[in-house]
Amino acid sequence: MTASAHDPSAAIETIRKRLFSFPKRHFLSAGDLNAPQAADLLDLADAFVALNRQTSKSLDLLKGRTLMNLFFENSTRTQSSFELAGKRLGADVVNMNPKTSSVAKGETLIDTAVTLNAMRPDLLVVRHASSGAASLLSQKVSGSVVNAGDGQHEHPTQALLDALSIRRAFGRVSGLTVAICGDVLHSRVARSNVALLQILGASVRLVGPPTLMPAQAERWGVTVHHDMKSGLAGADVVMMLRLQLERMQGGFVPSTREYFRFYGLDREKLSRAAPGAKVMHPGPMNRGVEIDSDVADDPVVSLIQDQVEMGVAARMAVLAALAHRLEEEGR
Amino acid sequence: MTAPQPLAFVNARLVDPESGYDGPGGVIVSEGVIADVAKGREFGKLSKGVRIVDCGGAMLAPGLIDLRVKTGEPGAETKETLASAARAAAAGGVTSFVVQPDTDPAVDDPSTVDFLLRRARDIDFARILCAGAATKGLRGEEMAEIGLMREAGCVYVTDADKPIADSKVFQRLLSYAKGFDTILAHRPLDPWLAKGGAATGGEFAARMGLPSISPMAERIMLERDVALLEATGGRLLVDQLTSAQALETLGRAKKKGLRIHASVSINHLCFNELDIGDYRTFAKVTPPLRGEDDRQALIEALADGLIDIVVSAHAPAPAEDKRLPFDQAAPGAVGLETLLPALLGLYHDERLPLIDLIRAVTLAPASLLGLQTGRIAPGAPADLVLCDLDAPIIVDAAKLLSKSKNSPFDGRRLQGQVLMTVVDGRVVHRAEG
Repeated sequence: MTASAHDPSAAIETIRKRLFSFPKRHFLSAGDLNAPQAADLLDLADAFVALNRQTSKSLDLLKGRTLMNLFFENSTRTQSSFELAGKRLGADVVNMNPKTSSVAKGETLIDTAVTLNAMRPDLLVVRHASSGAASLLSQKVSGSVVNAGDGQHEHPTQALLDALSIRRAFGRVSGLTVAICGDVLHSRVARSNVALLQILGASVRLVGPPTLMPAQAERWGVTVHHDMKSGLAGADVVMMLRLQLERMQGGFVPSTREYFRFYGLDREKLSRAAPGAKVMHPGPMNRGVEIDSDVADDPVVSLIQDQVEMGVAARMAVLAALAHRLEEEGR
Repeated sequence: MTAPQPLAFVNARLVDPESGYDGPGGVIVSEGVIADVAKGREFGKLSKGVRIVDCGGAMLAPGLIDLRVKTGEPGAETKETLASAARAAAAGGVTSFVVQPDTDPAVDDPSTVDFLLRRARDIDFARILCAGAATKGLRGEEMAEIGLMREAGCVYVTDADKPIADSKVFQRLLSYAKGFDTILAHRPLDPWLAKGGAATGGEFAARMGLPSISPMAERIMLERDVALLEATGGRLLVDQLTSAQALETLGRAKKKGLRIHASVSINHLCFNELDIGDYRTFAKVTPPLRGEDDRQALIEALADGLIDIVVSAHAPAPAEDKRLPFDQAAPGAVGLETLLPALLGLYHDERLPLIDLIRAVTLAPASLLGLQTGRIAPGAPADLVLCDLDAPIIVDAAKLLSKSKNSPFDGRRLQGQVLMTVVDGRVVHRAEG
């Protein structure tokens, strides 16, 4: 992989060699993958990282295909990541914003899906505020659906890019201890990461106040900590979650300053983690709420910028593998 | 209308909870009432003009009485009308049902009760009874005209799905309704704990990322209801109990001799929270489906008589209200047509004797409301259901007679086919073929 990074055609060659058919028609949940499939996806994504670091980043794997971004919830970051991924693969990319477009005025999600399906998109990237929305939509369309976040349920491409960032930083995921910290209860990022990281052999801890911990989370095969000191002790990766400010009004925690004092990541708390530990955050960050700028901006410990870069590569891998499956199925 | 032809049901498995009889027998029906009952014997020579129905060993029981049915009339007739619900009821062996007051407008004064009952009078398929709102506009604030609604013919008062949060209002209702010997039905639910929830709080909902309600919301409100019942001495029907912890509260209240009764919906007896897996909105009901431990506890409670009554909790919702993301989808399931075969599952699984199951949908609700139906005795109204207990059926929601097809039983294999339903001595439903 490193050798190919300097030779444009070699990067493309590696991609073509590693390209495979996605195990399912849709990518709705991180738990849909088994360990070898997840590893294959990460290998493919690695090859895309190499391509993305070249001047010429374009490929024709999705030539003629239409990628539709359907974001019922706003997200500049994820939407542009998918848009870029699609364009680099040669797809025609359309961004639908149902909030402002006439497509969805008074329409149900299913009606919107059926309407858009008539435009024959091959790949439909969906974000929605309701858990299960992507799954519901996938039942009504003929193309492949990628879940770009459904309510508090899953955000599987985020888990994939997180795993890619970890694997590239440590050379492996298996055997690492990952502490996922903060508002686990409302986090789809946490749910997808718990699933994928465990599939890849990491041991996972969840750290946060009891009011932001899902019911019976210890049954997820993780250990649950309410204290950052014990939760971070010896951890290789500290993954911070975004605290939605509306949670404050919901009375889950009393104030941002109290939250930062006990659950915000700063140097002192990070010092409990293993030597060489890395810090992650899915973004956008609330600086001074869940994470101290001092930590977030330190290139030695922070993988936060890498995560954004890996996001495009991981999504290219998912889109390419889904399109490959469509092709094999003659669709 | 000419009087229907007298009928003689012979060769049946007669099940009558009032007399505790479950055995071979027959019934003669004439002029709308049960004229003669034969238990373990045959009728002598039957008079001319009597039509003989050979039951072939099928179960003949009192027609079912369902205390909790919603239609869309008035206000949402596209969901269900009184007539379409009655047609569905007949197909399910339900001969009487009580419609809920949470319509548009709400049934919260004597004129709407009167309107509903007049509409109901023109419908032959089933006896339609009506519950009045406990508070005006079901807002939980001011008491509705309970006395006048009773006079107009409502059988009990309730705010249906809406819990009455204000304890003072609830206390006055219990106390005032007592003066008219009227039952207050209340679904216990702490509205603050339940806010925004769509599934039962626990491991499963957490994994699915669904906003959830702790079953504690039910227990807390029931504890309050029982305390106030104790203070006022009124009559309370606990509407659709769903959790094991609330059953403990109910048990204590009954032990104290309070006038408290409880119902359970067929959905909570047959399904658990795992049935909403894959975000199946057709299994989204209110209260939400509980864990398997709760379901088992409910079956036990029905078996030992702690829970008195089983209801269908029939709540029609059209596809457009159901085919939505889970948290946005309308709760509720139609149930009139599947109530009996679903309930019979507990008999086939040997969880409850047949007669106890039948009691919970006939005699128990009839006694609670002081109805003459729900029994097979000379002089009682001729409301009957004939059912082949063993016949296998596959529920096909598309073929349901309800206007809305939102059945969680769709595709389920059940045992028990309603062969014939008789209301007031008239055959209102006969199975095809």
